[in-house]
Amino acid sequence: MNEILLLKLGELVLKGLNRKLFENLLLKRIQYTLCDLGQFDIRLAQSTITVVPQQAGVDLEEAAERVSKIFGIAAFSRAYVTEKNMDAILQAAGEYLGEELEQAETFKIEAKRSDKKFPFNSPQICMQVGEYLLEKYPHLTVDVHHPDCIVYVEVRDYGAYIRGRALQGAGGIPVGTGGKAAVLISGGIDSPVAAWMMAKRGVELTAVHFASPPYTSERAEDKVVRLLTRVSEYSGRMKMYTVPFTKVQEQIRANCPEELFTIIMRRFMMRVAEQIAKKEECGALITGESLGQVASQTMQAVGCTDMVAEMPVFRPLIGMDKTEIIAVARRIGTFEISIEPYEDCCTIFTPKHPRTKPIPAFVEKGESMLHVEALVEECVQNARYRKIGYRRQD
Amino acid sequence: MEIYLDNSATTKVCRPAAEKVMECMTVLYGNPSSLHTMGFAAEKEMTKARAAVAAQMGAKENEIIFTSGGTEANNMAVFGAVSVGKRHGNKIVTTAIEHASVLGCMEQLEKNGYEVVYLQPDSHGMILPDQAAQAIDERTILVSMMLVNNEVGSILPVEAAAKAIKQKKSPALLHTDAVQAFGKIAVNPRKSGIDLMTVSGHKIHAPKGIGALYVAKDVRIPPRTFGGGQEKGLRPGTEALPLICGFGEAVAQLPDLSREMERIQSLYDSCREQLLQLPGIVINSPGQGLPYVLNFSTCSVRSETMLHFLASRQIFVSAGSACAKGKQSHVLAAMGLERGRIQTALRVSFSRETTRQDVSALVQGVREGISSLAVGKA
Repeated sequence: MNEILLLKLGELVLKGLNRKLFENLLLKRIQYTLCDLGQFDIRLAQSTITVVPQQAGVDLEEAAERVSKIFGIAAFSRAYVTEKNMDAILQAAGEYLGEELEQAETFKIEAKRSDKKFPFNSPQICMQVGEYLLEKYPHLTVDVHHPDCIVYVEVRDYGAYIRGRALQGAGGIPVGTGGKAAVLISGGIDSPVAAWMMAKRGVELTAVHFASPPYTSERAEDKVVRLLTRVSEYSGRMKMYTVPFTKVQEQIRANCPEELFTIIMRRFMMRVAEQIAKKEECGALITGESLGQVASQTMQAVGCTDMVAEMPVFRPLIGMDKTEIIAVARRIGTFEISIEPYEDCCTIFTPKHPRTKPIPAFVEKGESMLHVEALVEECVQNARYRKIGYRRQD
Repeated sequence: MEIYLDNSATTKVCRPAAEKVMECMTVLYGNPSSLHTMGFAAEKEMTKARAAVAAQMGAKENEIIFTSGGTEANNMAVFGAVSVGKRHGNKIVTTAIEHASVLGCMEQLEKNGYEVVYLQPDSHGMILPDQAAQAIDERTILVSMMLVNNEVGSILPVEAAAKAIKQKKSPALLHTDAVQAFGKIAVNPRKSGIDLMTVSGHKIHAPKGIGALYVAKDVRIPPRTFGGGQEKGLRPGTEALPLICGFGEAVAQLPDLSREMERIQSLYDSCREQLLQLPGIVINSPGQGLPYVLNFSTCSVRSETMLHFLASRQIFVSAGSACAKGKQSHVLAAMGLERGRIQTALRVSFSRETTRQDVSALVQGVREGISSLAVGKA
């Protein structure tokens, strides 16, 4: 089969001298994403990546589906490759999009000739292909403004490509170009979206999840695994750390003022996550906080949690409404998992009247009964990780 | 040992599937919906089975709804599709050679005022792509066409129907009963443009009482039973974990389909050839059908007589669909075969357990049956 994938680069074409770096990372990412589907020849030329199956029977539809989720690609399409001569192009144009053309009433041709040695220029290609298709499908008429079907013919260095309309890619920039960060993930709607948004900006992920058995169940943890598996379709593989958090929460309940339970707990999460982040060579933390959504996400509360972290804390959802967050969650397929009803560690031990404008000095005093460092150390020591989204045994 | 050649009726459960069933009844016996660890373990096992069934047809896990078998899945699909489509029209296209569990639904729908078009097969049980294309129009709300016929093994033009639906911009959903095809030929509903697809466990060495309906991810059909929301609300009730996992295991045990097909084809060819050498025998199966099913008529001994004669020698075949329980075959009748041929028809159906010796024994049995039982012999 002469069918391949054509991928158009997104915003990284704007990069300057380090553009090569971005491109190489992207190529590697595509390679890894497709590695269990078969052998592919993946190369970049003229701002377009061609993905060419090297064996028969490759599931190109699955490949296209996976590629649609790789950041750094603005648009993609399946295409048919032919030799660079007019007869072959005509025949391929008539056959490859035959089904679509049969159902269409109007069409147009768009030609692009980046190989200037090809004897016909773009308007000439358009005319010849158009004429041929009109003859082959007499029910068609040409409409250059609002056609039902567009046949693209691209004559490039390595061959001629016939394709239909391109589909929108995931956008963003390749994961890995933006450093690495640890995302605090609970199992709710927000944190997977936050993780996805940072991955879109090139950030490689490590995930930190807090579990409090017996208050939380195995199913809650499994839910997070499934959420991250969805995210990893975009972000690529990651490690997920599970931190046993019961002791910390019980100590807070026994020793701290009730109205500060949540804020103190969040400070512990930050501390533990930062230690793990350092171990994993991350440069930042990511949380799914959105200003004013709940008591621990007011400006003062966010300030109090930030104080314990040295690393920058990215909060990509900070200015988003819940409805906007949900829209993204639906699009990336995490919403239906997030709404499963299992308890997570943020929903247990919640105070009746949490302090919405905590004052740092009072919070620090509130924690003074606890052996903060020892508790954090214990959490980090007992954290275990699993691999998410790995496509090879490595 | 028995010579079992009635695999289109049902198959022997393979050992790994039987062991899995046992394990799910005695070890992993938690309720998959229970919150505790045992429930979770059961759920994980069920997810594995669902993934196996989904992978076998190139589908996603959330497109698989487990049912009690083919009949329930067919009912769910046909009535579900009709209630989705009823605002677009009232025409249904199906074939005269569907399984009873589809034809039964159609009868019911006709009583409720739907127009049902039954495509008629030719004398080999084949339906032409053009027939399907012509029948489908913009008022059609459901096309239900089996992939492989259970009595003669003909392969129906389901993909042509999918194409016609698209081309004519018909609102119709496409349902296919793939019970006889699943696990024998590669089926991929997404690639073939199928919206709803029925499969069954006990035709592929899983226990009886388990099947599944594939529901394409962009297709929503309403539930017909109500309760605790299991199986996406379409099939509520505690999941039949042992059967589901047995089904999953049976799917995992399927051999390489194309290689097995070659083997079965050579069994079929040799069986057909040997039978044709006996006096009076005609083949009812089409030349290009699925070689797992071979339907023939002795033209001299009534089906039931021959069936019992063979059974007395531990050879088990059928006179048609087991679901018809000895009534005259509607499939052979629709093919326009004469009475004498229909009344003396036999179906043998193979599985991966069938051997050459089985085939020879069958031919020998039929030969002796004809010579000792035939009436009106010259």
